[in-house]
Amino acid sequence: MPLSFKPFEQMTPGDYENVGLKVGLEVHQQLLTSRKLFCRCPAGRYGPEYDAEILRHMRPTLSELGEYDGTALMEKKTRKNIYYRIHRDSVCTYEFDDTPPFFIDDEALDIALQICQLLRLNIVGELHIARKQYLDGSIPTGFQRTGILGVDGVIPFGEREIRIRQLSIEEDACREVSDIGHERIYLTDRLGMPLIETVTEPDMHTPQEAAAVGQILRRLVRSTGKVRTGYGAGRQDVNVSVRGGTRVEIKGTPQIWRNPHLIYNEARRQCSLLHIRNELKSRGVTPDTFEHAIEDVTRIVAQSSFEPIRSALTAGERVSCVLLRGFGALLREPTQEHTTFAKEFSDRARVIACLSKQPNLIHSDAPSESLSGREWKDLRRKMRAHHGDTLVLVWGSADDVNTASKEIVIRAREAAEGIPSDTRQALKDGTNGFERVLPGADRMYPDTDLPPLAITQDRLERLAADLPEFIWEREARYRSLDVPEHTFSDLCAPRRTKLFDRITGELKVDGKFAAIVLVERLKGMRRAGLKVDLLSDEEIYAVFKAYTEKRLSRQGVLELLGYLASQPRDQAGEDRVARVFATSDFTQLTDAELDAAIAKWDAQLDDDEFAAPQKKCRFLAGRIMREFVGRVDGARAIHRIHEKLGVPVTVSAHGEVQS
Amino acid sequence: MSDERFKGYRGVGRKVLERHNVGVWSDVAVESSRGEFRGLILPRSETADDCHIVLKLNSGYNIGIAAETITSMTEHGRREAHYHIPEKEFPRDDGKPNVVLFGTGGTIASRLDYRTGAVIPAFSPGELYGSVPELADICNLETEKLYGVFSENMAREQYITLAQRIGEAIAEGVDGVVIGHGTDTMHHTAAVLTFMVQNPPVPIVMVGSQRSSDRPSSDAAMNLINAVKAAAEGEIAEVQVCMFGPTSDEYGLLHRGTRVRKMHSSYRSTFRTIGDVPLAMIDRNQIAYLQPNYRRRRDDREITIVPTFDDKVTILYYYPGMQPDVVDAIIEKGYRGIVIAGTGLGHVNKPLYPALQRAKDAGVHVYMTVQTLWGYVQMYVYETGREIMELGVVPAANMLPEVAYMKLCWALGQTHDRDEVKQLMLTPVADEITDREPYNGYLVYQGEIPEVQEFLREIRR
Repeated sequence: MPLSFKPFEQMTPGDYENVGLKVGLEVHQQLLTSRKLFCRCPAGRYGPEYDAEILRHMRPTLSELGEYDGTALMEKKTRKNIYYRIHRDSVCTYEFDDTPPFFIDDEALDIALQICQLLRLNIVGELHIARKQYLDGSIPTGFQRTGILGVDGVIPFGEREIRIRQLSIEEDACREVSDIGHERIYLTDRLGMPLIETVTEPDMHTPQEAAAVGQILRRLVRSTGKVRTGYGAGRQDVNVSVRGGTRVEIKGTPQIWRNPHLIYNEARRQCSLLHIRNELKSRGVTPDTFEHAIEDVTRIVAQSSFEPIRSALTAGERVSCVLLRGFGALLREPTQEHTTFAKEFSDRARVIACLSKQPNLIHSDAPSESLSGREWKDLRRKMRAHHGDTLVLVWGSADDVNTASKEIVIRAREAAEGIPSDTRQALKDGTNGFERVLPGADRMYPDTDLPPLAITQDRLERLAADLPEFIWEREARYRSLDVPEHTFSDLCAPRRTKLFDRITGELKVDGKFAAIVLVERLKGMRRAGLKVDLLSDEEIYAVFKAYTEKRLSRQGVLELLGYLASQPRDQAGEDRVARVFATSDFTQLTDAELDAAIAKWDAQLDDDEFAAPQKKCRFLAGRIMREFVGRVDGARAIHRIHEKLGVPVTVSAHGEVQS
Repeated sequence: MSDERFKGYRGVGRKVLERHNVGVWSDVAVESSRGEFRGLILPRSETADDCHIVLKLNSGYNIGIAAETITSMTEHGRREAHYHIPEKEFPRDDGKPNVVLFGTGGTIASRLDYRTGAVIPAFSPGELYGSVPELADICNLETEKLYGVFSENMAREQYITLAQRIGEAIAEGVDGVVIGHGTDTMHHTAAVLTFMVQNPPVPIVMVGSQRSSDRPSSDAAMNLINAVKAAAEGEIAEVQVCMFGPTSDEYGLLHRGTRVRKMHSSYRSTFRTIGDVPLAMIDRNQIAYLQPNYRRRRDDREITIVPTFDDKVTILYYYPGMQPDVVDAIIEKGYRGIVIAGTGLGHVNKPLYPALQRAKDAGVHVYMTVQTLWGYVQMYVYETGREIMELGVVPAANMLPEVAYMKLCWALGQTHDRDEVKQLMLTPVADEITDREPYNGYLVYQGEIPEVQEFLREIRR
């Protein structure tokens, strides 16, 4: 009996409550510093160019009880050659682990501490740098230097609170270029960039809540004006579990809007895996009773017409068959959208046995278009398969096939236990794939290269004095001003907060209008190629001031800003707005001028063409707005025209008139 | 209470622990003016300040809490940590060579005690097998821990015992010797062992690591595997150093014990052969011999141990404007030998001449080496050189300063006769002085030169 799960769009909070969804976030954010965290390399120099390559291998180190950490074992099995591409401008000998760390960058530490203060975390008295092991090679040392700055904070979320577990400061990892077979290539430009990781408790209960909290955390860090923006500068991982499930970490995307779909699929996958576990149990398959067999079946499929196997055999590779007793039909069980249980096995073979060319396995639960019925029959006989058993075939070099076969058995046994603790990668279609085994606390080691650093009260007080307003307070004010929600993100960035406060406070400009101009319209101008960054806050303020003094219409505000953004700045400090008013005509039409214009255009119209008076009014308004660009507010012109022509007028709720 | 309970804590920190009746390994809830914290109290490093308490959080992270901010600490239990390295019996295979590994204190394989930050060395064959199982594919391994000192603390006594133990092990029939050693003075020990252990029939391979073995990208395992292979299967019956060739995990290099030097404070590829080419390249699959002249492995056990060492010898690193009283002080303190690292071809300034004369008169043996490291002392080219020689200063050809130092200590341990010492010093045991410097024995490339950049882009070094 397959498990039924509603499509993403139809899921309700109640549905998520039924499966007991819990979501926590791990938000990574690069800090805006001039240097990297533990060396003096310049921060933020990115590019694919490189001067040299270095080769490293990662070897697991012993864990607390002398056992290798699960992640460590997995990575050891993969036997990857890891190549680092290095460029002299972005990397020194520290990043590739030939020089010990320098002292932590003070600028980065200050920014991170301010964010701790904004998250109302309990800030530590002393920073201890730890080494967090990463054996995938994403950091050439094999570990990330990281340290806790604060624990147990809280942010408001509607009527609730979301608990913040901790905030750490750490160095960013490499960017992966490729990972094919036994070779993985990394670019080192991002390596060592100062980063903070904010971890929430699993307090979100729907994918949408997780995205909303993600947005709050994103805006909060941006409100300092001291974090990097742009693609990849902020990344959110999600921790997902369902009732009876296991915490699974999905390495997030830089795009928060993608996360809900990812969370949905993971919830669905976990429910499905629990369902498969129960089904296996009902068939008498438990981790203890689970039976399997592995055989080299190269000879049996030697004449196969299935292309992937044919080309493997041509290359002299081997084919191995794994028998999974009692797994019949389960590998075609859906786990995520467009994904079946078989992918769990294929992923492991890809990641751990380096069988990266797809397809990398076939199985007897979906036998079509691969082997012939005869071949399957021979395989079943060779493997002594009963009805209700599943066969999985993998092909590749002898070593890799051996690793893959064992890994398939491991994954199958895990299926009888439930849900493995994985770190999973986000895929573009909203599903996720296996990345590595989720590492435990055993991978934390003290960094003996750096002494502890006291976080003094003086330092915290100095930083607190320079703290931006809490975004939830600012946003509450924005709501009261009827500012559209989609502009909050930009209006919480310090580049705009002060200006917005002055325009809506001192000048009493309506919040919605100010927000639309400052966010949407300026963005539109930038997209159109205007040099919006040339506009100083003072100039924008002066333009709004002219508007409140009725020297400019709403349209005039945009016209003038656009004009200023198109003009080169001749000299510093000159009053460009005053000059425009002195030389150009942005002055508002007087009633008399407006009436004259209406009369002039009305006289030129042939009344026969405009049987409907509304149509005539619209036409006149269009002509006048075009003639007096920026000098008359649209609503005012329409009202006046209607009044003059004696036609009743309807106006939208916000007083806007579309002509 | 015992110091164990407050391990590493003193002053304010210790008082706070005492006041709240908690100690190291207490699982505590702490209330402080910075908020609440929960975790396990760890020992404090002796070198850290006395005003913070260290907690390990559940996440595995450590933090410190300022003692003065703490208002209460409540113990919820105790979790003391006990650590051990896993032991797996090292498999024995009579078909494989027997290798002995002497430990002097450098950690070749180790595990970090993740709670205290202390390094627990893996050393017994079983422990080593647990962390570097590849060793069992190469040999049968015996281990013996001789000392546990940092390499800068190696000195006369350690050199002598080490040489004697090597002699005994070889007499007992081992097929190769490996010495685990801290890297800082590995080349000093390699040099002195070359002089003390004469005519060895089997390889004597020194090995260490530049990145401790508790790091996943450590060079320790590969160095150890290579060293054990060189000892078990290598043909070079000399004292040699086995360390990374390039900084990449590509291959190791075997360097002659008298021509090798640590040349970078932290790079993996820090050991370089100076003024010659390395003995061999080594990786898991093969040993590629680069240097045709080396002593071959033999079946006999005829070995001579000359464990003499007089440590009243110093190195005088010359600098412009050096005052003669430095030399006088050395004489006055009873030193019997001076190795000068002179400028250029082997020079010191004129004001030193009278002091050098006094040294000669006092029976002090003075040898000249070059601080350029590469190249020969040549004291005939300039008049100053000839004048210095007349003061009894003996040019030591292309012997490296540290090697000349070790050799002079060794020679003076045998005789004080001027000619005999000179005879010992200038007769090479293992190429500490060479007849010729090959054209590719001096390679220090400079970055940004187009052909060098091209090389760096093509070759992983």
